Amino acid sequence: MTMESAVADTEGATREPVLSLKGVSKGFGAVRALTDINLDIYPGEVVAIVGDNGAGKSTLVKILAGVHPQDSGTIMFDGQVVSIPTPTASRALGIATVFQDLALCDNLDVVSNLFLGREIRNGLSLDEEEMEQRAWSLLRQLSAKIPSVRIAVASLSGGQRQTVAIARSLIGEPSVVILDEPTAALGVAQTAEVLNLVERLRERGLGVLLISHNMADVQAVADRVVVLRLGRNNGDFHVADVSYEEIISAITGATDNVVTRRASAHAGSASAAAAAADASGTGTVESGITEDFRTHETPAPGTEENPQS
Amino acid sequence: MTSPSETPAERAADLQDERLVRTEGLRGAVLAFRQRVRGGDLGSLPVIIGLVVICVIFQILNPNFLSANNLVNLTLQCAAVGTISIGIVLVLLLGQIDLSVGSVSGLAAAILGVGLTQLKWPVALAVIVALVVGAAIGYLYGLLFTRFGVPSFVITLAGLLAFLGLQLKVLGPNGSINLPYDSWIVQFAQATFLPPWAAYALAVIAAAALFLSDYSRSRRRRKAGLSTGALSVMLLKAVLLLILLLLAVSYLATDRGLGAMFLLFVVLVVVMNYFLTRTKWGRSVFAVGGSVEAARRAGIRVNRVYISVFILTSTFAALGGLLASARLTSASLSSGGGDTNLNAIAAAVIGGTSLFGGRGSAWSALLGILVIQSISSGLTLLNLDSSIRYMITGAVLLLAVIIDSLSRRSRASHGQA
Repeated sequence: MTMESAVADTEGATREPVLSLKGVSKGFGAVRALTDINLDIYPGEVVAIVGDNGAGKSTLVKILAGVHPQDSGTIMFDGQVVSIPTPTASRALGIATVFQDLALCDNLDVVSNLFLGREIRNGLSLDEEEMEQRAWSLLRQLSAKIPSVRIAVASLSGGQRQTVAIARSLIGEPSVVILDEPTAALGVAQTAEVLNLVERLRERGLGVLLISHNMADVQAVADRVVVLRLGRNNGDFHVADVSYEEIISAITGATDNVVTRRASAHAGSASAAAAAADASGTGTVESGITEDFRTHETPAPGTEENPQS
Repeated sequence: MTSPSETPAERAADLQDERLVRTEGLRGAVLAFRQRVRGGDLGSLPVIIGLVVICVIFQILNPNFLSANNLVNLTLQCAAVGTISIGIVLVLLLGQIDLSVGSVSGLAAAILGVGLTQLKWPVALAVIVALVVGAAIGYLYGLLFTRFGVPSFVITLAGLLAFLGLQLKVLGPNGSINLPYDSWIVQFAQATFLPPWAAYALAVIAAAALFLSDYSRSRRRRKAGLSTGALSVMLLKAVLLLILLLLAVSYLATDRGLGAMFLLFVVLVVVMNYFLTRTKWGRSVFAVGGSVEAARRAGIRVNRVYISVFILTSTFAALGGLLASARLTSASLSSGGGDTNLNAIAAAVIGGTSLFGGRGSAWSALLGILVIQSISSGLTLLNLDSSIRYMITGAVLLLAVIIDSLSRRSRASHGQA
């Protein structure tokens, strides 16, 4: 709340946001999952949404994907106020969502998965050739490394499956793509592949909304970082002018927190530890606990070994 | 196989990846086939081998087994239960089951019998009423399944009992009705055989259709800048099919020839195969069988797919019941009873349709029922009791399910599950 910068406003003067949320709120029973969320996404921009567990990231994605409608607030798409009551409505507007579990059919090949639900037909029959050709041209544009589009998705690697899921979202020519934790289950090389893919989406002029827990990915690929904390906006930064620590402090809500303390403890610098200890009493208590663990742990293996010998 | 001077741009769009093992021509097709089998994608191979083994064994035990007369009978026996089995293939592709196909086929037989004899309906009306009742039962199953989420196993188990009861109710106190022998449906099932010239013409047409479909697909692929299969492979496939069909037709022609009922069954298999592999509906059936959630998110109306498949399954069951009663010229308490249900399900599974959903083909109904009827017919020729027949059919079904599970595991270990 305190750190909302004027970043978006300066850009807004020159360009129109493709997707714009104003004062969006959503409650589940007694829980206010989202309160007065404002968010703008411009064409050709990657916006990362970060926040702790329970910060409201998934709820926001679900509102945009048409899974649950918002309770209050307005969603503008291309300058028009819209409502998104169903997943079909979301897709019809031009919002493509790639959920974390990808939702691919393992028994079908890549072409069938790409065009599932949107098959190109030639009369009654499917136009397999047209679909295969378009699949190849799309995958080439994304520089996707998929050897054959006629193999079952089950035999692809995690990164390739993510690529297929992202490519599928592009079949409907969307203007906004939402990626929910696209790198969560991926190795180093596959993560890099997906990040390249995100950059290529930006080059195509799409607005990309990236949900991620991985700060390295966010800093590598995002233009802007929007922080959610306990269902509220808690910061909107240009990635270029913000440090890792600033984002973390916006996520956790304080400059002194468990993450920074851990970082300083690892650095092992006496001054940092002293500063943390000075700043709050909890720091000293925690370090005391770890010392306790150490002292308890050392005799434990010995007692176990004794009966055996 | 590739000339080293060929640049990637000259290759077909789907063959540009350097990791692809390129297979071309006849030798390539053979290599690719061996690769597939090793990877656990057995397809119809186990059934065809099994069928050959069964034929050899029974032919040694009783030289009448492969006689034209017995084979003609075999084809006629296949048609009714095979038709029911097509519906089972559909419902298994969704990963569901229909245990009531036997009762529904019996009910259809009872409707035909009562309609023709007591109500004096014309045959066409009785047939249509029976099929509509079948479709309505499937619609009911579909509604129960999609509205209340009751497992199809339970719904159709309830249907098994309920429609058996309805069958008895329709048949009334007599319990057995003889169909008029001169009605066209009985004539169709019992005495209609294709004249040899028509059967030969059909064989040529089938082979030509296979070649033309392959050839036109390859032309469309070339136009789209994709790789094409070798012309030699297409020709070889078509010629092999032609020789096989001509041999079969000429051999059957030494007896009564190709039965119209069997032809109807094969045509239904071909039509369903087209719908399953080449249409949007078929694609969505496979998608729902593979992952319901993925299909739903892709915008497929999953409930409609379920309902349409349950309707088709029950309708095929009713049609199978009509054919069976027409062949026996009677509708009785035992119509659709006994092993009809299990034979239909076993045929689909033996033919290679997975019980786990998402894998299979309409052809498995044809192959599976051929296996089951061959065993049944062979054991009857040997004068073996039905007790032994049941046990052997059970063992074959178990074997088929084991092969299905093993090939599934093999696919998993080759990264293709």
